[in-house]
Amino acid sequence: MKPRTVDKIATSLIVFFALIIVAILVGLLGYIMFRGLSHISWDFLTSAPQKIRAGGGVGPQLFNSIFLLVLTLIITVPLGLGAGIFMAEYARPGKLTGFIRLIVEVLSSFPSIVVGLFGLLLIVNYFNLGFSLISGALALTVFNLPLMVRITEQAFRSVPKQQKEAGFALGLSKWKIVTSVLLPVALPTIITGTILSAGRVFGEAAALMFTAGMSSPRLDFTNWNPLSPSSPLNPFRPAETLAVHIWKVNSEGLAPDAAQIAAGASAVLVITVLIFNLAARFFGRLIYRKLTASKTMN
Amino acid sequence: MRVKPKKSRIEKHHIEDFIGRSYMSFCVLLLIVIIISMVYFVASKGLSTFFSGNVSVADFLFGRKWAPEADTPLYGALPFISGSFLVTLLAALIASPLSICAALFMTEIVPGWGKKLLQPVIELLAGIPSVVYGFIGLSVIVPFLRNTLPGQGIGVAAGALVLSVMILPTITSVAADALASLPQNLKESSFALGATRWQTISRVIIPTTFPAIMTGIVLGMARAFGEALAVQMVIGNAPFVPKSLFESASTLTSVITLSMGNTTMNSPHNNALWSMALVLMVMTFVFVFLVRLLERRNKI
Repeated sequence: MKPRTVDKIATSLIVFFALIIVAILVGLLGYIMFRGLSHISWDFLTSAPQKIRAGGGVGPQLFNSIFLLVLTLIITVPLGLGAGIFMAEYARPGKLTGFIRLIVEVLSSFPSIVVGLFGLLLIVNYFNLGFSLISGALALTVFNLPLMVRITEQAFRSVPKQQKEAGFALGLSKWKIVTSVLLPVALPTIITGTILSAGRVFGEAAALMFTAGMSSPRLDFTNWNPLSPSSPLNPFRPAETLAVHIWKVNSEGLAPDAAQIAAGASAVLVITVLIFNLAARFFGRLIYRKLTASKTMN
Repeated sequence: MRVKPKKSRIEKHHIEDFIGRSYMSFCVLLLIVIIISMVYFVASKGLSTFFSGNVSVADFLFGRKWAPEADTPLYGALPFISGSFLVTLLAALIASPLSICAALFMTEIVPGWGKKLLQPVIELLAGIPSVVYGFIGLSVIVPFLRNTLPGQGIGVAAGALVLSVMILPTITSVAADALASLPQNLKESSFALGATRWQTISRVIIPTTFPAIMTGIVLGMARAFGEALAVQMVIGNAPFVPKSLFESASTLTSVITLSMGNTTMNSPHNNALWSMALVLMVMTFVFVFLVRLLERRNKI
């Protein structure tokens, strides 16, 4: 066969396979929306689930997912920023830096179920926090922290060198340069990355089954005392998140409309992740414009 | 004019610097503490099967029978280990060609709009939570397999298909990065010699970026090996070494997910599950080691 013919065939095959991936995504999203959207209503989003009867909602689960996400970000963002800045600006190349880099790599590639089991052993049993939101948030910290470190480090490394040198030329201290010269420039990238990682936290289930628990107590949304066991704000109560609920409904759901509930909840989950994706782009651009007075993001 | 008294040697920015440094050291120290305690706790639990129980490592790794509730309990984890490896390898086999084609499409065939089209697609595929993949697998792939092929639909094939979609984004993004960072003159000289695009791709681009593409595949396999819920939902969870692709099987992660809640802490059954978690952990180290090895080769 002529090389030209082979080239044509190969090119069309590559294009075909690439388009298959696009088709898979379109099919996936289309299926989730088609199956799930019709089941989503205000009532579905706010009411509590039913065990045996049909017509339950996902209200507490949705709230738990959001609350857990907020708790996790409160813990991981400052810690990740600290370690990331260290890796980007302070760490000198050497054995120790190499070791920390290896740790970040290993931590971020641990299967989430192993993270969940570690949480079960150390946080739930040893520290005796029980199945609770705070246990879940701490387990997700193990899961999200390496990501935050990586995001911060990359953001700081992508800041042009001249900015730092200008700071040194002005006689600023290193910490001052980090906080008032480099951080503002790196912030849009950090925020974009944080929101994207939030999407992962929001959909995580395996690590939460053994830490945040697989049940939700009866919540009283008029009770805002964070120490009362029925208060939604109490971080020491067990909490089933949306993703865990989907898994539970699919594997051991007894309600006659379990498939619809799973479809509806999946659609809610995917729509939220889509919103996170769009928000990441939007905020990244917005803050970049605010802080640098430039029109486009590089 | 009065001369101001000389300030003390410790100035404000020294204190700031010190606080900043200590805070960062604390964060880094925390990472080290987390990983050491993780390895310590999982290993101490996982190894107790072999130290306190009368199960040998060989019995655990190569025993074909899993019967923890029997009168003479048997803790052979081979069905789960083989299940894990089987679905992981199959998923990599399905996903790799697709991903490499997607990466080539983005960087070589239509670099302009190809990237614009596929980049968001890859990001969205990576963002979809694993339980949603499991749900789709359960409601689309399983019925499809049940109607077209022998068997119940649930099984190794369904698990591998679900996993292959889940690891597509990992392989594609790593491969695309590698292809994009290839020196331009390499390609240009190949074209100058009169090679067609496919000849350039197959004899110049792929061989030079091979270690990087392999890195992507290993990363994808690491993800597939550790994925728990999506696989658990579609694989059927039968504790046997699968004889065909359409038979129900189990993976390490699926059996941990299902049994961990139903066993009491420190019972031999429970400890055996922790040993499986230890296997998962060791495999993570193996994957990270492989990635490092490939990255070292990747430096041109």
